[in-house]
Amino acid sequence: MSPQPSPNRKTTDAAAATGSRLDSYVDRYATRTHGMTASEVRSLFAVASRPEVVSLAGGMPNISGLPLDVVGSLVNDLVAKRGMTALQYGSGQGDPTLREHICDVMRPVGIVAHPDDVTVTVGSQQALDLVTRIFIDPGDVILAEAPSYVGALGTFRSYQASVVHVEMDDHGLVPERLSAAIEAVRAAGKPIKFLYTIPSYHNPAGVSMTAARRAEVLEICRRADVLIIEDDPYGLLGFDGEVPRAIRADDAEQVIYLGSFSKTFAPGLRVGWALAPHAVREKLVLAAENSVLCPPAFSQLTVSEYLANHDWMAQVKDFRETYRERRDAMLEALDDLMPAGAHWTRPTGGFYVWLTLPEGIDAKAMLPRAVTSRVAYVPGTAFFADGFGSRSMRLSYCYPTPERIREGVRRLAQVIEQEMELRATFGAWGAAQRPGLDAPAPDQS
Amino acid sequence: MTDLGRVLVLAGGLSHERDVSLRSGRRVAEALREVGLDVEQRDADADLLTSLRQDAPDVVFPLLHGVSGEDGAIQEVLSLAGLPYVGSAPAACRLAFDKPVAKAIVRRAGIATPPSAVLSQSTFRELGAGVLLDALVARLGLPLVVKPSRGGSALGTTVVRSADELPAAMVECFAYGEPALIEQWIDGTEVAVAVLDTGDGPRALPAVEIVPESGTYDYHARYTAGATEFFVPARLDAEAAGAVAQVAVAAHQTLGLSDLSRTDLIVDRDGVPWLLDVNVAPGMTETSLLPQAVQAAGLDLGVLARELLAAAVDRHSRT
Repeated sequence: MSPQPSPNRKTTDAAAATGSRLDSYVDRYATRTHGMTASEVRSLFAVASRPEVVSLAGGMPNISGLPLDVVGSLVNDLVAKRGMTALQYGSGQGDPTLREHICDVMRPVGIVAHPDDVTVTVGSQQALDLVTRIFIDPGDVILAEAPSYVGALGTFRSYQASVVHVEMDDHGLVPERLSAAIEAVRAAGKPIKFLYTIPSYHNPAGVSMTAARRAEVLEICRRADVLIIEDDPYGLLGFDGEVPRAIRADDAEQVIYLGSFSKTFAPGLRVGWALAPHAVREKLVLAAENSVLCPPAFSQLTVSEYLANHDWMAQVKDFRETYRERRDAMLEALDDLMPAGAHWTRPTGGFYVWLTLPEGIDAKAMLPRAVTSRVAYVPGTAFFADGFGSRSMRLSYCYPTPERIREGVRRLAQVIEQEMELRATFGAWGAAQRPGLDAPAPDQS
Repeated sequence: MTDLGRVLVLAGGLSHERDVSLRSGRRVAEALREVGLDVEQRDADADLLTSLRQDAPDVVFPLLHGVSGEDGAIQEVLSLAGLPYVGSAPAACRLAFDKPVAKAIVRRAGIATPPSAVLSQSTFRELGAGVLLDALVARLGLPLVVKPSRGGSALGTTVVRSADELPAAMVECFAYGEPALIEQWIDGTEVAVAVLDTGDGPRALPAVEIVPESGTYDYHARYTAGATEFFVPARLDAEAAGAVAQVAVAAHQTLGLSDLSRTDLIVDRDGVPWLLDVNVAPGMTETSLLPQAVQAAGLDLGVLARELLAAAVDRHSRT
């Protein structure tokens, strides 16, 4: 077989027989790449970046309260005193001092850990990627909440995992549903590799698992021997001064815990971590080395210096206050303005409200109308691997000011009313054709 | 060649096609820089007019798609600012952007365009959706196509193959805008013909034939490289190729368009070209149709864009 084109090919005929697909690599992509395509929703989000639009879509932390002068002088000192280390490759597992700090950061959620079991990653997103990589073969089952974090679902999809959603209510994962899902998947002869959960201040559901629920979920997973991936980026961002105890705090073997500095310090540094049982940690480090050699030394040392020399917990409290004020603004506006039939979760921490629309309304189909009215949200379908969730949406209150939040909710309420009128005009058209309009989700019970 | 001075490429805006526009803008700005022009690209935002006044460019290439970009609004603003720009005059844009209006005008000029109906949401509400939907199917047959009467990139457009899909298609369409254009589906070869006029009269470029992998040239098929196969020139016999070129030029002239346009058509089994749509600010992205036609004609996008700018300056100086 020669890779060269045949010299006596009849070029004119060949040109007539095949057209151009404008991507000469199209036949070479891996199967998993075929899912990466242009979509209308993505394009509509381009408009959401304009200041005229109140974006309740993004999940950008509000870092305007960060003391830039403090960070600036820390970075200055870092370069002056430890520049040769900060600008060099480092250990694949991450900087040892930072790993010690990370153990301190996990104390408030009840975790007592050894720095040896911590792997520093490029945001907790990379931890998610590594965990998926070391556990998942194509077709393996991952259990996840319904709805679940869109970034996790993207990672799972890229490893060709099969995601099975487990219903939630206002207190998080429903234990009976979890048991039933485990049983059903196993009865179908498929391997369950892990349960992926965000117990505290869930993205996107805006609910938190009660302590009793956490214990039940852990017990079910222990009995069924299902590994738990506990993703906890928002654990310290509770509004009532309460820091929920991590599931990992009660079991070091059944749980891999993922943490992040993106919400407690700065997302731009891209520093997160995984806390895993020893054997798993070994694999994580090897996988991380294959992927990025080592997490960025400069970012790690910056975080380390910040934690050592600044009252970082006071800053977290400051963030909490900001987010609490915005959560209040959103809930108040929703209470005042939303049409009957819409309902939503009442988060006690984190960034998000999960809103369920009046019956028959499709959040994805409504998005262009919303964008025309200069308000944006993320349609619920983004948070399901199976096309469900179209009756719901995620609203984030982390970034816009309270005034903008209220204005955004006002616009959204009008859009929903217009859509309801349209729906009334065309009658009961939807349910038969679009799956998942009534997918079980928080605040629907 | 006259010195064109500072060129402003306008892209972005607030329409549903912002993303497409930004990509078109980037591509044209880059092509113009490659032929040595001084180019700035900016968004059409609240500061635009001030910026045009304080620091006026010598000529503008507007690449805003959708509402405000193709409905004559930005052209009106540029006219008010007294700046030369590439593209059609505001009044012509208004006619072409409104699909039902454009269809009526070209039909009067003897150009075939699929039978259609135009209905707003309030008509459905007031007269009852069920009866109207039945009447649409009875009159236009199946399949039929539902699309917003103003807008592009196939956003809000659905091909309806059975009557029970029609209400959902209407709902989807109305989310993008009012009123809805409900059009008979013409089975045949989908082609796009670009028309250019750099000062010596409008001429058609080779037709681009569109064969989407999924069967429908929707947003995904338009902007995912690899999802659609294009044939340039289209696999039409000489007679049909001549006919589509003639229709595109005639539509350009009938609607009173300037500089460039792109006419989308279906050539049916009998070789009859049916006009679907005329675009006054055709997409210029990596997967767009006009740049493919430009390439097939042996032209360079940068050189061509420069000629269009020069023609715009020339026209401006004569008025």
